[in-house]
Amino acid sequence: MSYLSIRNLSVRLKGGPPLLRRVSLDVGPGEVRGLVGESGAGKSMIGKAVLGILPPSVEVTGGEILLGGTDLLGLPPKDRRRRIGATCALIPQDPLTALNPSHRIEPQITDRLVNILGWTRAAARARARDLLEEVHLPDPERVLRAYPHELSGGMRQRILIASAFAAEPKLIVADEPTTALDVTVQKQILKLIREMQARHGTALVFVTHDLGVVSKVCQHLSVLYAGMVVEDARVADFFAAPRHAYSAALLAATPKYTDPDAGLNPVPDAVIDAVRAEVAAFDAAKARRGAA
Amino acid sequence: MSGRQRTEATDNAVIKVLATRLLTTLVTLAGVAVIVFFVIRVVPGNPIAMMLPPGATEEDIARLSALYGLDKPLVTQFGIWITGVLQGDFGTSITTRQPVLDLVLGRLPATLELAIMALVIAVALGGTAALIGTRFRGGKREGAIDIANGVALSVPDFLWGLVLILLFGVLWPVFHISGRVTPSLDLPFTTDFYLIESLIRLRLDLTADLVAHMFMPALALAIPLAAIIGQLLKQSLKETMNLDYVTLARTKGYGETQVILREALRNAALPTITLVGVQFSFLIGGTVIIERLFSYEGLGNMAIDAVINRDLPLIQGIVLLFALIFTMLNLIVDLLYAVLNPRLRHG
Amino acid sequence: MADAKGMDGRSMIRRRAGPRLWLSAGWLSILCLAALFAPWVAPHDPLAQDLFLGRMPPFWMAGAEPGYWLGTDSLGRDVLSRLIHGARVALAVALIAGTITCLVGATLGLLAGFLRGWVDIVISRLIDIWMAFPPVLFSILLIAVLGPGLVSIIIAIVVIDWTRFARVVRAEAMAQGAMDYVSSAQVAGRPRIGIMLREILPNLLPTIGVLLTLEMGIAVIVEAILSFVNLSISTDDPTWGSMIAEGRTAIHQAWWVLVFPLITLFLTVLSFSQLGEGLKDRFDPVLR
Ligand SMILES: Nc1ncnc2c1ncn2[C@@H]1O[C@H](COP(=O)(O)OP(=O)(O)O)[C@@H](O)[C@H]1O
Ligand SMILES: [Mg+2]
Repeated sequence: MSYLSIRNLSVRLKGGPPLLRRVSLDVGPGEVRGLVGESGAGKSMIGKAVLGILPPSVEVTGGEILLGGTDLLGLPPKDRRRRIGATCALIPQDPLTALNPSHRIEPQITDRLVNILGWTRAAARARARDLLEEVHLPDPERVLRAYPHELSGGMRQRILIASAFAAEPKLIVADEPTTALDVTVQKQILKLIREMQARHGTALVFVTHDLGVVSKVCQHLSVLYAGMVVEDARVADFFAAPRHAYSAALLAATPKYTDPDAGLNPVPDAVIDAVRAEVAAFDAAKARRGAA
Repeated sequence: MSGRQRTEATDNAVIKVLATRLLTTLVTLAGVAVIVFFVIRVVPGNPIAMMLPPGATEEDIARLSALYGLDKPLVTQFGIWITGVLQGDFGTSITTRQPVLDLVLGRLPATLELAIMALVIAVALGGTAALIGTRFRGGKREGAIDIANGVALSVPDFLWGLVLILLFGVLWPVFHISGRVTPSLDLPFTTDFYLIESLIRLRLDLTADLVAHMFMPALALAIPLAAIIGQLLKQSLKETMNLDYVTLARTKGYGETQVILREALRNAALPTITLVGVQFSFLIGGTVIIERLFSYEGLGNMAIDAVINRDLPLIQGIVLLFALIFTMLNLIVDLLYAVLNPRLRHG
Repeated sequence: MADAKGMDGRSMIRRRAGPRLWLSAGWLSILCLAALFAPWVAPHDPLAQDLFLGRMPPFWMAGAEPGYWLGTDSLGRDVLSRLIHGARVALAVALIAGTITCLVGATLGLLAGFLRGWVDIVISRLIDIWMAFPPVLFSILLIAVLGPGLVSIIIAIVVIDWTRFARVVRAEAMAQGAMDYVSSAQVAGRPRIGIMLREILPNLLPTIGVLLTLEMGIAVIVEAILSFVNLSISTDDPTWGSMIAEGRTAIHQAWWVLVFPLITLFLTVLSFSQLGEGLKDRFDPVLR
């Protein structure tokens, strides 16, 4: 039984083109699903839809987002917000902009506990201290009192991870959590997320454009192109034998850590053309259904 | 390490701003003093002749002119005046024969109370407009607020004053439209800060009367400023609402209003605060005509009377005081900005 | 995200620019016509007093005198006719004072911003000093010096408001001066005056145009304020400001003496500024 289940989710720019085309995917409890695809494929859009933070310029045109069996899209806005706040969390992409510059670190970790879940301040503070130790930040007391600009990017990302796990969420969306970091820091953060996820048994949607990362972190993956899931597979199966031509080409284009000199093999034009034709066929079919 | 560098950089910036701004402030004040002194000497009409009864002789005029030093060469007069000013002596008013400084300081509290009241109203109105506009951005309510802001900004305080007089003085007479306080009231005050003193003495009946007199002129002054605050604050709030930490706060379960108040407001308010400081200094200049319109006994009203009566020392004193307030306010704003800005840049 | 917001914002302004421009241009045209043809349009002599017709209410109220559409003031003068004749003074001040202020201020600002050096220092200090004067008090002082009359008002407005143009034009000229096209013109050996007039000035014209329309509205208000303080033109001449001053004293007996000039002034000032804003959106998307 999956914890998050997205069924035929369609999202479009208001009065404009589709951005997600009947996306379906499942994430079981404690499971990690990677979302891969080139930039602009709609990976972040899926995460935003789940967390209820779609930009006002887009709208959901169909589908369901089942969280623990309840369709989020069917809930009144206030209830949806509450439920997401209590059960989900986001690890954002850019640690430099994701912390409020005018608040100290402590309230930014504990505010959900205190204001949404009704913890006492002391309990929340103790929890924050434990979490900072868990993400291997030295001198938690000092960090709690610091302002964001006093900390490095890697430290801030650890804080954001701690903050995401603070309320023991059932589901975390990590949107390219290492893209903005130094290569050396990237590996540590990746390891930390994996470690925390495993220890807390949290379901994780892991957005990335790097298949190498997927192979290390995820059990399942969805490959996206133009807002369409072209392949949904177990990671082991995928790396052994991708089924879709586009995902195969994507895999071939990924530089191997084992052989960094091999160079990039860009996705061949023929493959791009084929997958574009698929998208066009999908849109045409939808137009026909709409006309009928 | 970076902490120490930052504070040093901050200190240097502050000192540099302080030094250059102090210098230009002095130049500005000196310039104002020179200009006002010589401009008003060109005013036709002998002030002494105006204050004497019709039957006065040439000798009377000459004697009195000598008394006020008006018979000396202009440059000498200027020298005498400016030396006095530097020692805190602004001369004697020709019409009332009282020291200019006493007259001016007696009226300044009324004007300051009016201006501060206007500022409070402007911040409340503009802030509310910005918050509502941000909360309902992209909708009809934001459009309505934009239009209201546009109108409020295009029409100057003088006209708003007249509109208010009509609406709340005549059509629906709930506020006073003339004076500072009901003349028949017994005032126990020892200072000229009536409003503040009435609050301290807990004479809330007097407070109510003062506010009922002040509210209309203060609102007239406040409306254009409220529009400026509303526009700028809304703009920076909307920009802030797209930032990552605000998005992150949304996933925590906060509603839109809470997100605006908790996460966005504080960061968005800083540019508005500097702007408000500068605009406040303009607002003080605006009190002149508004006080006249509402017969409010402040500095501006006294200034216009002084011009009409050709009371040269009094005019000089008032203009210099206005210029002093203006430059000091701007200096403070610049300093605040220099102190706050490095923090912001690192934020 | 930012892109989408920018698009929305701009399209919203575009949508509103239409009616805004039309309405304000329409009102200002009506005023211009009224001013030009005042003697023929006005139903009465604006100066003719008739003490038997004092404080007659406007046409829809009981006791109104036929032919006096907007009522009469305490001296029995026709409010509508005075409004129409008052438009002459208001528009004359707006056009003449606005244009001269613009020429003086823009020239000084351009010189300061482009030449820099001591020219800029002197002009900037002057601007600082000017800003420290409370403008209303300054204008009242100047009228006291110059004596009442149309010319005095125009001079006072120019003397006080040139800084509005100078400040903005100076800043813009500096920004333009830092652009590559100026450097390449300099490298090509073009004379500085030529660069200033041919290369920089054309880029500043949209800004200057917007400021000019705003200044016209301000000039109308300054004239009204000075008439109100009773320092403007002779008290008999019909000006909106003197009508307002009269209306303010008789507000409880004859509100219409204040209301009609007030509405007229309100719409005129609003139209000038909306015209400026509308033109800004039309011609200069870069400008805020
Ligand atoms: N705020 C927005 N308004 C309109 N379109 C957007 C917005 N954000 C993203 N998009 C569009 O949605 C598509 C998917 O974007 P996104 O999910 O961010 O891609 P990625 O896979 O790189 O995370 C892109 O075509 C992008 O242009
Ligand atoms: Mg993305």
